[in-house]
Amino acid sequence: MIAELGLALLWIAAALACLSLVAGIVFLRTGKDDLAALVRPASVAQGLLTATAFALLIALFVRSDMSVELVARNSHSLKPMLFKVAGAWGNHEGSMLLWLTILGVSGALVAIFEKRLRNDTLVATLAAQAALSLGFFAFLLFSSNPFKRLPVAPPDGQGLNPLLQDPGLAFHPPTLYVGYVGISVAFSFAVGALITREIGPAFARAMRPWVLGSWIFLTLGITAGSYWAYYELGWGGWWFWDPVENVSLIPWLAGTALLHSVAVTATRNALRAWTVMLAVIAFSMSMVGTFIVRSGLLTSVHSFAVDPERGTFLLALMAIYIGGALTLFAMRAGAVAEGKKFALMSREGSLVINNLLLTTILALVLLGTLYPIVAEAMGEKISVGPPYYNKVAGPLALILCLVMVAGPLLSWRKDDGKKLWSRLPAAAFAGAAVLFGLVLFGGKVGVLPLLGMTVAGVVAVASIAPLWKRNLRRTPLPTWGMVIAHFGVAVALAGMAAESAFIKERLVAAAPGETVKVDDFSVKFAGVSPVAGPNYTAIRGTLIATTPSGASFTLHPEARMFPGLMGTAPTETNEAALLTRPGGQLYVVLGQPVPGADGMSADRYQLRLWWKPLVWWIWLGGALIAIGAALSLLGRAQLIEIWRVRRARKAQERFA
Amino acid sequence: MKKSWVLFVPLAIMGLLFGAFIYRLTVPAETLIQSQWINKPMPLFDLPPATAGVEGLKSSQLADGKPRLVNVFASWCIPCRAEAPQLEALKAAGVPIDGIAIRDRPDDVAAFLRENGNPFDRIGSDQQSSVQIALGSSGVPETFLIDGKGIIREQIQGVILAEQVPEIIAKLEAMK
Repeated sequence: MIAELGLALLWIAAALACLSLVAGIVFLRTGKDDLAALVRPASVAQGLLTATAFALLIALFVRSDMSVELVARNSHSLKPMLFKVAGAWGNHEGSMLLWLTILGVSGALVAIFEKRLRNDTLVATLAAQAALSLGFFAFLLFSSNPFKRLPVAPPDGQGLNPLLQDPGLAFHPPTLYVGYVGISVAFSFAVGALITREIGPAFARAMRPWVLGSWIFLTLGITAGSYWAYYELGWGGWWFWDPVENVSLIPWLAGTALLHSVAVTATRNALRAWTVMLAVIAFSMSMVGTFIVRSGLLTSVHSFAVDPERGTFLLALMAIYIGGALTLFAMRAGAVAEGKKFALMSREGSLVINNLLLTTILALVLLGTLYPIVAEAMGEKISVGPPYYNKVAGPLALILCLVMVAGPLLSWRKDDGKKLWSRLPAAAFAGAAVLFGLVLFGGKVGVLPLLGMTVAGVVAVASIAPLWKRNLRRTPLPTWGMVIAHFGVAVALAGMAAESAFIKERLVAAAPGETVKVDDFSVKFAGVSPVAGPNYTAIRGTLIATTPSGASFTLHPEARMFPGLMGTAPTETNEAALLTRPGGQLYVVLGQPVPGADGMSADRYQLRLWWKPLVWWIWLGGALIAIGAALSLLGRAQLIEIWRVRRARKAQERFA
Repeated sequence: MKKSWVLFVPLAIMGLLFGAFIYRLTVPAETLIQSQWINKPMPLFDLPPATAGVEGLKSSQLADGKPRLVNVFASWCIPCRAEAPQLEALKAAGVPIDGIAIRDRPDDVAAFLRENGNPFDRIGSDQQSSVQIALGSSGVPETFLIDGKGIIREQIQGVILAEQVPEIIAKLEAMK
């Protein structure tokens, strides 16, 4: 019954989305208020019902109901509970339902909390959100029904891709999705504001917390995804410029640009058309990204459904949404009055440069990701790899960081730069100290990592400069947020640069008892033993790492074998062992046994050891950025104020 | 109040993007990558013998008027063992075959030839894969069909299957 109930709820939710859309259109055409009153409750109900349907899908996975096709294909009764739950979204249909749930819940949250927007703009926004939902409901119900039953239930399921059987999976996709899809609210706001022509500071202030909120999740999702790839794939890298990573980075870049331009619109009523356009682009890029990884256009662990029919359906949906929004923009944006003027040497000026750099990086990453497809259309086969991205995006990102040094120290409209010049020397000194230290003692370091660490030093000091000579208790939360986020950028940058400059790698075939040196560690390979996990068997290596000071630590890298379930092929994964030290991480992977001289017996094993200096700073930086944004959101959303106003109003009503 | 064409630029870019997507959806990706040297002369090289008792391989020796095969292999490559009977069959049919051993040791090559037979006229040793890369070959085993003038006519990626043997003989005949 659970599956049937879930399906019924989805149909009702789709009908409610349809109702919101129609009521919204009628209201905007005729101005009839009674219909507009329907839109808010319908949006809330749609969100609730979709979320309930998603909860029911999770329940089916938890109960291992193999009569449901999706569960049979993606789960197994012997799987640990966490992966049963995560299996609900570790597949095409489930992840589309998660997508719809977030679309619906975001719409519901807007309907409940948004009080600052003009009523007609709010209705137009909710109608736009409903239109988005409706298309994806059609996609889900007509071509990807997650609740489909099998005529005969198999005895057990086929299991989940072992690479995805990792606690990271429980968090990475939902987090990234909240960010990806949450930014749809900005898209709907932009469409709503274009329809009612209300593009100004009030609209920007209303949109800002929603942008911040989804951007936090995008940041966390990308950071978590990077860490997952780092320890689960066993290749030891934290960013590969893989197309799938790129399409998650592109909406983040657009969101980051939007976050900064919306500040200009909210505070100074400038960059209005630009902000609206970024809001459209951010979610468009989310959709394009989802399409690229889901349609099988690019092959990866993320492409669940290689099905041209679904791809065509998604493409048509996107063409309607993105094409529609961009056409609306082209028709209406010309009528948006030019915003207030400002000097280049001002907060706005620095934010404009920030936006130009971010969009240039975005365009270059997008170009690199899609160029192979375009080149193939012209009969050439090309792959674009890290050398391209590092060369084009690296220097621009460093310039962006330097702009980040100046921006927060400039005031709005026009600035004589006094504050900037008075606080710059300390930052410049920090940068110079890092640079000299590296040149003198660092040995041979590449130009980009060298500049990276120098800039990180400058930014680290400059980012806290806005707090100098300020009463810290009275400093508003958004300022704290900005400072922490910018400091996080410096931390992440230092981690990236140090890791690429000073990484040490050893690849050896070692027999038990042998000792391998990597950087300052001497690592003794004590031996291997077989172990059995809940749904796999593994060879577990035991290595004892000793630091120069004599402290020793035991590491257990594993080579895991997941048996093929219900006719699927067996899979091997590498579980890297990590030793986190203040100065970095020791990363150990146990590889294949090496055949001996007779070609049969294996007395040696491939061992891959890395010493990665400061590598964990990368994710610490990502976390700091998200924490900063969260503080900013707390300050901006004025949740406390909304609550106070409501309580006061209720109290008044009681007396009246 | 400007209504300019600039505002339509994003829409135009989107159109281009979607054009690329539609192309890719209709024409699925071709994952096999052929060498860029097909129908071009063999790149120049001069490889030392791969083991004692065999002759090394020079690119100039490949333009002696007789169409032939150049087989890129390695003793450490398991599929190459599976390919050995087909190479023997080609040899028996009178097809000249030269070999390039990739990242190999002389002893290992000798052991490989002892176990699997030696269909090669000459075997060059390509220690750093440099000739392999110059040839545009991406793995082992690979076989290149060379015409009498030393021009690469075809590249076969992976193991030559038994049913391909007559086909290859016919192709080399046609090049004469």
